[in-house]
Amino acid sequence: MQTLRMGQAINQALREEMLRDPDVFLAGEGIGVGIHHSPLLPTAGLLKDFGAGRVKDTPVSEAAIAGLAVGAAVAGLRPVVEIMFNPFFTLASDMIVNHAAKLRYLSGGKSSFPLVVRMKSGAGFGAGCQHSHNLEAWAAHCPGLKVVMPSTPADAKGLLKSAIRDPNPVIFIEDLALYFVPGPVPEEEVMIPIGQAEVKRPGKDVTVVTWSKMVGVALEAADQLARENIGMEVVDLRTLVPMDKETLLASVRKTGRLVVLHEATRTGGFAGEVAAVVMEEAFAHLQAPLRRVTGPDIPVPASPPLERFYLPSAEKLMAAVREIL
Amino acid sequence: MPIPKAKKLEMLRSLLLARRFEEALTELCQIEGKIPGMMILCTGQEAVGAGVCAALQPQDAIISNHRSHSHLLAKGADPKALMAEIFGKRTGCNKGKSGTLHLAVPEVNAPCTTTVVGGGPPIAVGRAFAQQYRQEKAVTVCFIGDGATNEGSFHEALNLASLWALPVIFVCENNLYAGAQRFEEHTRAPNIADRAAGYAMPGVVVDGNDALAVYTSASEARARAVAGEGPTLIEYKTYRWRGHGESDLQLYQPKEEIAAWQATCPIPKLRAEMLAQGLIGAEALQAMESDIAAIVQEAIRFAEESPYPEPHEALEDVFA
Ligand SMILES: Cc1ncc(C[n+]2csc(CCOP(=O)(O)OP(=O)(O)O)c2C)c(N)n1
Repeated sequence: MQTLRMGQAINQALREEMLRDPDVFLAGEGIGVGIHHSPLLPTAGLLKDFGAGRVKDTPVSEAAIAGLAVGAAVAGLRPVVEIMFNPFFTLASDMIVNHAAKLRYLSGGKSSFPLVVRMKSGAGFGAGCQHSHNLEAWAAHCPGLKVVMPSTPADAKGLLKSAIRDPNPVIFIEDLALYFVPGPVPEEEVMIPIGQAEVKRPGKDVTVVTWSKMVGVALEAADQLARENIGMEVVDLRTLVPMDKETLLASVRKTGRLVVLHEATRTGGFAGEVAAVVMEEAFAHLQAPLRRVTGPDIPVPASPPLERFYLPSAEKLMAAVREIL
Repeated sequence: MPIPKAKKLEMLRSLLLARRFEEALTELCQIEGKIPGMMILCTGQEAVGAGVCAALQPQDAIISNHRSHSHLLAKGADPKALMAEIFGKRTGCNKGKSGTLHLAVPEVNAPCTTTVVGGGPPIAVGRAFAQQYRQEKAVTVCFIGDGATNEGSFHEALNLASLWALPVIFVCENNLYAGAQRFEEHTRAPNIADRAAGYAMPGVVVDGNDALAVYTSASEARARAVAGEGPTLIEYKTYRWRGHGESDLQLYQPKEEIAAWQATCPIPKLRAEMLAQGLIGAEALQAMESDIAAIVQEAIRFAEESPYPEPHEALEDVFA
């Protein structure tokens, strides 16, 4: 095992896939020469090692970046493009939502769009709501897009490699804060299939379903509740679309209680989808009403105490768990 | 037309205020935990904000971007309220919701500042449409960087503004970089102003470090706009002395390039001219400097002593 930060693990995945497949190329703003020089960042060193033909710094033009991916993908290349922050998805979204997601269907299955759109998400760095806005539920609402949100370096690496080899458009959302969190990553090649959740911690009393940065929050709460003999099972969804219903439902059937935790805002958030699946398919196993712990329905504020108020925390999660025990 | 003395004094004051305000921010950024978020400064480019805003009237609106401090100060925003917002305090102009990146100061007709690159031009079209609709003798200025002109929204906005002869001045501060990208690495056209031709509007290139030239060009564009002759695209050639943000190590900006541009600093240029013409004396200049130093100190004191918002205040202001 090697210990890597998530940014480095993503970097390894990009590197390995570029070495394996000459059709893989990268494009985005500042991915070659950028304003940040940390070797921990996902695209660090790739321009030097693969050259400007395969690591394309683009102008500030998100629609063109996403369109580049669509057009190159239909020709059989394997674009991995970066949209700097999740809120800028809106500028790229016509190409992703109306085109990447739909054109295969419109061709009657004749054309394919094997592309990956990477973007940074997450609050907690004081930049405010035009940089911090988790929009995974928007992407999940578009048939034709797969949506991946890893929580660990090893998952990020294995899932990104699967995403690059997937014949479909994959939205790959990376929490900025996680770039700097270390974790074990196997030395040998490990592919993690898209659509597979993971039980991060078994527990008997309550299931917490979550993803991305909030997995760490759930594990912290699980540790604290364990001291009170409350067993919290933490399920990391890892992939929102397609959702691993089996793992989710098996856990809820076992514990009989569910809390869904995500950083994104509440109304129309993906917790609603998880809850609906459980209500439809495991209603009889529920011993208590389910709970959602999410960001409140506000744009992410910049001021530190306001931003802390926005972010879900272990305390907020534990309070929700206690309500339904 | 000769530029009135009062306007020159106003510009000198705006230049100095923006410079001293941001010099203070550079220092404050060194103190761990003092200022949240990113810090994006316009040091070296202040003549654009100072010259353009001196050419405006109170009823004129500005739509600013992530590099907004000099625009807002020159338009008359209260330095205390700006500083408190930058600190994330409750007394800030946006109650801590915005921070430094999207400072909105409707009191001085700076209703929307956006950090989404390319977000400004379409909003400016709408703001100017309202002025035309109400037959006001007023214009809207949209401040953008060179990089922003590669967003599709910029082109849609220019076309519509031109088509409807809206009273907009698109002010492009070409500071030679968009992030780490040098101008010629993101745009093939030699000048941003050349793009105006495609929309049948005047496109002019002006020395952005010459406050008086900025003032004159903006005044001409304003006169055109209020006369119903439509928008103008002005490209001000300038340079940002500091990085994209304060955490940027500027590895891609050659030291000699920075030094060469620093030699064209807009402040000594205007100051020397005014001294030579007898428009200001050494004593009055000294008084202006100390006055501005006091304003900046007072803004910092106010920001530091102000409380943070209470956490639940995050829930306020979503809807009207
Ligand atoms: C839509 C969008 N894409 C990317 C960014 C990230 N970003 C912030 S400023 C910037 C560069 C903008 O360059 P320019 O327009 O020349 O303005 P300058 O920073 O030089 O003042 C970029 C890419 C953003 N804020 N919004």
